[in-house]
Amino acid sequence: MKISEILHLADARIIAGIADSNDDLHKAFSSDLMSDVLTLDEDNILLITGLSNLQLIRTAEMADINAVLLARGKQATPEMIELAEENGIILMETPYSIYKVSGILYSNGLKEVY
Amino acid sequence: MVFYIAGGDFSNAGKASSQIKKALKQLNVNAKSIKQIVVAVYEAEVNVAAHAWEGKVTALIGENDIQVIVSDRGPGIEDIQQAMQPGFSTASKEVREMGFGAGMGLSNIEKNTNEMNIESQVGEGTTLKFRCFYS
Ligand SMILES: Nc1ncnc2c1ncn2[C@@H]1O[C@H](COP(=O)(O)OP(=O)(O)OP(=O)(O)O)[C@@H](O)[C@H]1O
Ligand SMILES: [Mg+2]
Repeated sequence: MKISEILHLADARIIAGIADSNDDLHKAFSSDLMSDVLTLDEDNILLITGLSNLQLIRTAEMADINAVLLARGKQATPEMIELAEENGIILMETPYSIYKVSGILYSNGLKEVY
Repeated sequence: MVFYIAGGDFSNAGKASSQIKKALKQLNVNAKSIKQIVVAVYEAEVNVAAHAWEGKVTALIGENDIQVIVSDRGPGIEDIQQAMQPGFSTASKEVREMGFGAGMGLSNIEKNTNEMNIESQVGEGTTLKFRCFYS
């Protein structure tokens, strides 16, 4: 799934990074638990989360996750945006809840990690 | 490479793993090995920030492997075997609210490294050492 499609389906906007038309994500994972995200073997996935702090971006950096979607209008801090930009991570915000956005993206073909 | 981490300082936890990631990329180490290594270093850094008072990360980057030593001054670990069990955690509410404290870190370090060793003195501190061979 292209980033542009995610933006459209989730009524989301990009707050850090630049969408590359070559970006194509196949799977997503929804979690507020970074401990759990760090155990994933999969990389290049979309991470959907209600957590909004610097550790989220650090976790994405270490886990080779290049796309992060903040659910339910959670706002990113300037430090998060700066770190995301530095690491080429696309950070997005959606007004939808984790449940709603996960359901929409899943039913449009974005697969689960587990 | 040597890095310092202060207990409770979550915003700096990750600086060592970030620098190590850059260095390994420059050496053209494969992406899968890099991810395993930096996830292990990051878990160790977060443990210092979450559980100890202050700590130090030392990384020895070789041609075929990396050795990492994370030593801290802190409360130490009473029962290392118990601490290694997935799900065992003494993390505070604050640490949990930050997205950690599921008791998965040490077992995840073990999973991602080739050799791992923990030594700990209660009331003094903990030294975690691990080694990864680039695949
Ligand atoms: N450096 C340390 N100093 C003191 N205690 C530690 C240290 N590292 C780990 N521990 C103890 O071992 C337990 C398990 O650590 P582990 O990293 O597996 O889980 P966690 O840090 O609690 O949660 P998670 O890593 O999933 O975020 C901790 O809760 C803590 O009691
Ligand atoms: Mg931990």
